[in-house]
This record gives sequence, structure tokens and C-alpha cells, in this order.
Amino acid sequence: MSVTTAPDGIKEVGTPLSDADVVSLRAGDRVRITGVLYTARDAAHGRLFPLIERGEKLPIEVRGQIIYYTGPSPARPGDIVGSIGPTTGGRMDKFTPALLKLGLKGTIGKGARSEAVKEALKLYKAVYFGAIGGAGAVLSRFVKKLEIVAYADLGTEAIRRLEVENFPVMVINDSYGGDLYQDGMKAYAREDA
Amino acid sequence: MREIHVSAITDAVKKLCMEANLELEPDMLRAFDRALQRERSPAGKQVLQILKDNAEMARTKLIPYCQDTGFVVCFVELGQDVHVVGGGLDEAINEGVRQGYKEGYLRASIVRSPFDRVNTGDNTPAVIHVDIVPGATLGIMVMAKGGGCENRSKYKMLTPAEGLAGVKEWIIECVKTAGPDACPPLILGVGIGGTFEKAAILSKKALFRELGSPNPDPQLDALEKELLDRANRLGIGPQGYGGDTTAFGVHILTYPCHITSLPVAVTIECHAHRHKDVTL
Repeated sequence: MSVTTAPDGIKEVGTPLSDADVVSLRAGDRVRITGVLYTARDAAHGRLFPLIERGEKLPIEVRGQIIYYTGPSPARPGDIVGSIGPTTGGRMDKFTPALLKLGLKGTIGKGARSEAVKEALKLYKAVYFGAIGGAGAVLSRFVKKLEIVAYADLGTEAIRRLEVENFPVMVINDSYGGDLYQDGMKAYAREDA
Repeated sequence: MREIHVSAITDAVKKLCMEANLELEPDMLRAFDRALQRERSPAGKQVLQILKDNAEMARTKLIPYCQDTGFVVCFVELGQDVHVVGGGLDEAINEGVRQGYKEGYLRASIVRSPFDRVNTGDNTPAVIHVDIVPGATLGIMVMAKGGGCENRSKYKMLTPAEGLAGVKEWIIECVKTAGPDACPPLILGVGIGGTFEKAAILSKKALFRELGSPNPDPQLDALEKELLDRANRLGIGPQGYGGDTTAFGVHILTYPCHITSLPVAVTIECHAHRHKDVTL
């Protein structure tokens, strides 16, 4: 699926992502994602990583996919999910380049990534999106379906497959080395700070 | 001696935990409105507006404001003329956390050991600080403390020679290193003086003051305003997307210290500043 730009200027992206999709995204772009996201955070990455090191099969296919760093709160009866905002991406830095090498095309979190991850985004053509940290109630409304697909014993840290519609994110780090955090801070920093 | 049964403490803590995660306090909502008026960055303004909408959705749809429903940090002011009956104070508080997190559909975020990382399943135990104070009332202050921002909290032992100037530079450095990771706009709880642990506890307790209210000490009030202005000149902005609102407030508490020491602790708090209190 290709990237299109809606009349409101927001880019619309469907999953899975191709290299062509990735290179059309630039730091600072507002994006709406429709399709599948896989949730994984600290504990799930801790289990995936040894499998990658040993060259074993992962419980999810990561090629072309997006991992959302989140651990949702429990759903109330009748709701699909509880609150579901992003957690800090930097804690996953240790694991991310290996997943990108396997063909993962996107991650969603909040907060800065390491230089190694930014280099890997360029090398393997992938993108780091930011969702608004602490907007978990609002973000829950874009999740249309949820199922646990691996590591159910981890509770909130289990890997979930989400189906999302128009899930709102910003491109933080693109495949060219662009960095919204650095650009944004430069634009608004005042000399005498 | 006034008797307070532990069941009253459990009920109060349960209610505070649920309310804190679903209803931001009015001081926070006012902070969003003040920031929306002065923020120049369009992306920053948009973030602030979404966070305001998020607070409204949390309140009306009973979905927690943030999926990280926090580590419960509890400050208790126990009147010395109060006798807690029917069980232990800590267990009464933990039972309130247990019930509140289950019935409120709040996330269990606590692991039983820093090493085996097995989730306790009910968000217990809380971190509990108790002060014995004069009187016959029991005050309970509850904060649902997010982990992402807590990870950016810092402590430094400065030398007396580094003085006030050194304290200021280091606090600003803390804001820079917190950056976008800690979910700005931030609130800085600052504890200066005392010992290693005293400064850290003060930095947490400082966060309970109403946001936007002046520090009762005019010198500290001026220092808070200076630091807030400097933090907001860094350009980090809401969510780190660039902008004028990097912090909503700086709250400082101080304590006397040793002739050799100048301890400073900074608790980094995110915009999901969930705090509630009650007096029994």
C-alpha cells in the first residue's frame, strides 16, 4: 500500500510498509496509520532478542510491520482496549537494529533514540514514529481490534496484534537521518536559556 | 486517642487511586489552558489541545489518562493522637491500591523483584512515607507516578562552593537530559538540602503543592519562576516537538544541611501529574 496525502495535509499510510513507503516519510510529517500494529515493550523484546541471536523463528512476522511500544491498561467490559499510549522508545534501543535488519519497517514510541538506531533506520530503510505520550485515552479510540498473539503470561507486556484505523503519529526519525526532536528544539530555543 | 479503623484507610486509598487516574486535578487543567495561550509552536499547541481532550475523555469514558497508571507513592501525615486499629497501616494502604487498581481497570505496573521482573498483578506494593504530626487527623496524599518520567529523575551532591549558581545550572541540565523522553510539559519537584534520602523525599513531596501557586518562601518563589522561564527557553516543547512549553512548573522544598554538603534531588514529573489527597 502506498502513502497518500489527505486534503488536510496529513499523510495516510497502510500496513505493511514497503521501502517506497518509508522513503516518502520525512521527520515532522503528521501521519495516520491504518492496518496492523504489534505491541511489544521491554519484557517482550527481552524474549525476542535471544531468538534473533540464535536465528530462530519469531512468534510474529516482523517483515514490513510496525511495532508499537506500549503496555495497555485493561479494557473495561464492552471496550476493545483500555488506555494505550506509547512508552519511551529509548529503552528498546538495544534490540531495535536487529529487528530492523529482519525487515521491521517502523516503530512507534516517544522520546529520543540512540545514534545506533538512527543509523539502522537509514541502513535498513525504516522510520520511528512518535505517538503522544500520555494521550492513552484518546489513542484507544483508534484501535478497532486487539488479540494477544504471544507471551500472554507477560500481562500488559504481552505481544498484541492491533488493528487500527487512522492512528495518529508524527515522524520523529526518518530514513534520511532527519530528527524532529532536534529540528523542533532548534526552532524554538532562545539564546539566553 | 481517636481511633481510625484500617478499612477507612483502605477505602480512601482505593478511591484516590481510581480518581487520580481518571480525573486530572483542576490545577493541571488550568496549566493546559495557560500554556495554550502562550505556545507559539503549532505542533506544540496541537499536543496541548489533544492532552486536554484526553483529560476530558478519561473523565467521561473512564479510560485512564495514561496507560501507565503509575507506581503509587503515598505520603501519610499521621496525627499523634490517632490510633490506627484493625490491622497495619501499610497493609491497609496496599489493600486500597489492590482494590482500586482492580476495580478501576488500572494497569498493574509493579514487578516483585528488580531482577526476576515478575509482575505482582495488582500494582502493589505502594511506596509509603509516613510523618508523625501533632493532632488527631490522618492525611493521605496519593500520587500515581509514571515510570517514563521517573526514569529521568536525578540526584547530585554539589559542594557548598558551587552554591546557588551550581544548583540552578544542574536543575536546567536535568530538564535537558529529560528532553522528549519524559513526556513534557514537565513538572519539576526539587528537594535541596538535608541528606541523600531527605533531598529525594522532598523532591517528591514538593510535587503535591498546587500547580501555579506561589512558593510560600518569596526567595524560593523567585527561584522557581527563574528556573521555569529558563526551562521554557530551551525549546523542547510539548512532547519534544519544539515549542515554548517544556515545563508547567518548578516546585522547591528545602531543608537544613551539613556544612560539607549541598544535596539536590529532582523528581521529573510528566504532564500526567495524577495526585489526590484526603484527610480522615
